[in-house]
Amino acid sequence: MTTRVWKFGDNLDTDAMAPGQYMKSPIEELARHCLESVRPEFAAAVRAGDVVVAGKNLGAGSSREQAPQALKALGVSALVAVSYAGLFYRNALNLGLAALVCAEAGSIVDGEPVVVDIRAGSISLPAQGRTLACEPMPGFLLEMVMAGGLLAHLQQRLAAQGKERR
Amino acid sequence: MSDVDTIATPRSLAQKIIARAAGRPVLPGEIVTCRVDLAMSHDSSGPRRVAPMLAELGAKVWDPSRYVIITDHYLPAADDESRNILKITRDWVKSAGIEHFYDGQGICHVVLPERGHIRPGMMIVGGDSHASTGGAFGSYMFGVGATEMLGVLVTGEIWLKVPETLLFEWHGRFAEGVCAKDVMLFLCGRFGLDGGQYQALEFGGSAVRALSMQERMTLANMSVELGGQVGLVAPDEITQAYLRQAGVEVDGAEMARWQSDQGAPLAAHHRYAAADLVPQVAAPHSPANAAPAADYGGQAIDVAYLGACTGAKLDDLRMAAQVLAGRRIAAGVTLMVAPASRRDQERAEAEGIMTVLADAGAQFLANACGACAGYGQYRFGDGVRVMASTARNFKGRMGSAASRIWLGSPYSVAAAACAGEIVDPREFISTSMAAFPPTPFPRKGVTAVQPLTRHPNDDSLPPRGGPSEAA
Ligand code: SF4
Repeated sequence: MTTRVWKFGDNLDTDAMAPGQYMKSPIEELARHCLESVRPEFAAAVRAGDVVVAGKNLGAGSSREQAPQALKALGVSALVAVSYAGLFYRNALNLGLAALVCAEAGSIVDGEPVVVDIRAGSISLPAQGRTLACEPMPGFLLEMVMAGGLLAHLQQRLAAQGKERR
Repeated sequence: MSDVDTIATPRSLAQKIIARAAGRPVLPGEIVTCRVDLAMSHDSSGPRRVAPMLAELGAKVWDPSRYVIITDHYLPAADDESRNILKITRDWVKSAGIEHFYDGQGICHVVLPERGHIRPGMMIVGGDSHASTGGAFGSYMFGVGATEMLGVLVTGEIWLKVPETLLFEWHGRFAEGVCAKDVMLFLCGRFGLDGGQYQALEFGGSAVRALSMQERMTLANMSVELGGQVGLVAPDEITQAYLRQAGVEVDGAEMARWQSDQGAPLAAHHRYAAADLVPQVAAPHSPANAAPAADYGGQAIDVAYLGACTGAKLDDLRMAAQVLAGRRIAAGVTLMVAPASRRDQERAEAEGIMTVLADAGAQFLANACGACAGYGQYRFGDGVRVMASTARNFKGRMGSAASRIWLGSPYSVAAAACAGEIVDPREFISTSMAAFPPTPFPRKGVTAVQPLTRHPNDDSLPPRGGPSEAA
């Protein structure tokens, strides 16, 4: 499967990803308006597996986790950025959406094919013939993302506690 | 490093609070699990989001006495979806046995401390980015998303990476007409939206010490705009007096405990002369586009919006009244005022402030988020130019992507309402509200009836007008 890069600049905010007007709507409807104020074609054209690449401070602003949730609902498979707003970073991982920190994210080109290895923390760019390394994610966060996010993680934890009690 | 060594090492306020919550000494960079003393959610991030997940897990709230719910985002309900969200909230609060529920009492970040839920040294999470407001009381309070809140509700715990501290000291006195909002816009302009790097910001110095609690809340609130995880102000007698009014007694020993030590490790230490700061305005579409208000002077506006947790508390309304006393808003401008809490509105009524605002031509909105988040019926259309006391002006946040929002202090919003354009508000501040008989606002080109209050240092300021940093 070819996955493509959607490239954005610095300080992309969560109001843009989850516009306030649609915050009361179901996530599928909200997702149709994801990033429409900055890139109107995004929600309709993004394909399953695509990767969002951004500069510094991705996810600035509001704590609304519908921001990463909308990206996930649209099929975005991973985020790559030079840095994140801390709150957005936590939200993305809690929802099982991998968020990789890559100092060289700026050299990734909009629309180019990309293969992201979340576990290894690497991004290969076949068109450029090179692979970028990401900052390693703390182990417990990597495990949580691989489990599908915090809800799934809590399910496992509660199930384990239930077994102990029995 | 042994515990003894760690304890002997000077520690920051952030470290001390986290150490208590983690049950052991901590160092910046460590990832620790903390016990949570208090959690807070509003109608948008709260029950409607967490209740279905709790049901899916078959789990209950770890301690219903420690989870405070406050409605603000969808009030007043403008449509069926909003009404439904409020109904889910109210029903769940009952069924889950939530002890503290504030419905229609105001914006969560203002209501929580006002009702005595915060005290220094607490570890608190809030389901909203501006939960950082609680840091004004020397508590470690920060925002989380709904799924993270679920984790807290199930376990009573949260993980943290112990932050480094960035200390911002403001010394001396702020000039008349300059306030906490100007400080934060100035810092956003200077350091950008990621200047805080999700670290702990701490505010100190004699000028900060002289600020009221609600002004300190504005510093802590907008620490998120600067990219901090928390914005802390160490508690003092002003904190103590505020908390007493809210029914919370904090003794001297507790106050002494929640201070950064001399020589605590700092990632950065910035010192400013408060007197050099001039009113700041941030242009669309980022708080980081801040510059002296005068730089944007003459920019016409259609709406002046005095609202939000950061810009319509009692102290904010007082500031606006200082400008609006005896004046009328300019023809063609709408002044919308959404007092941040019901209690603040009652106090403003008692002080005559609401009358001053009404006489000036203000329209009043409910004690809620109003137009700030663009969730409800107040949304600005294409091309509408708004001067707002809110915290963020991202493209499309308050309505159409083609609306434009400038941010400023309550003084600046009130002055712009009178002038019909952005102005330096210091020209319009009455030292005593009663001293000014009702006169129409002098239009451009007409001599002002009030003396110009200029700070003597103004002329010596650098071109962007910000205070320069002391070495
Ligand atoms: S007033 Fe604005 S900034 Fe404050 S909680 Fe409400 S939406 Fe958020």
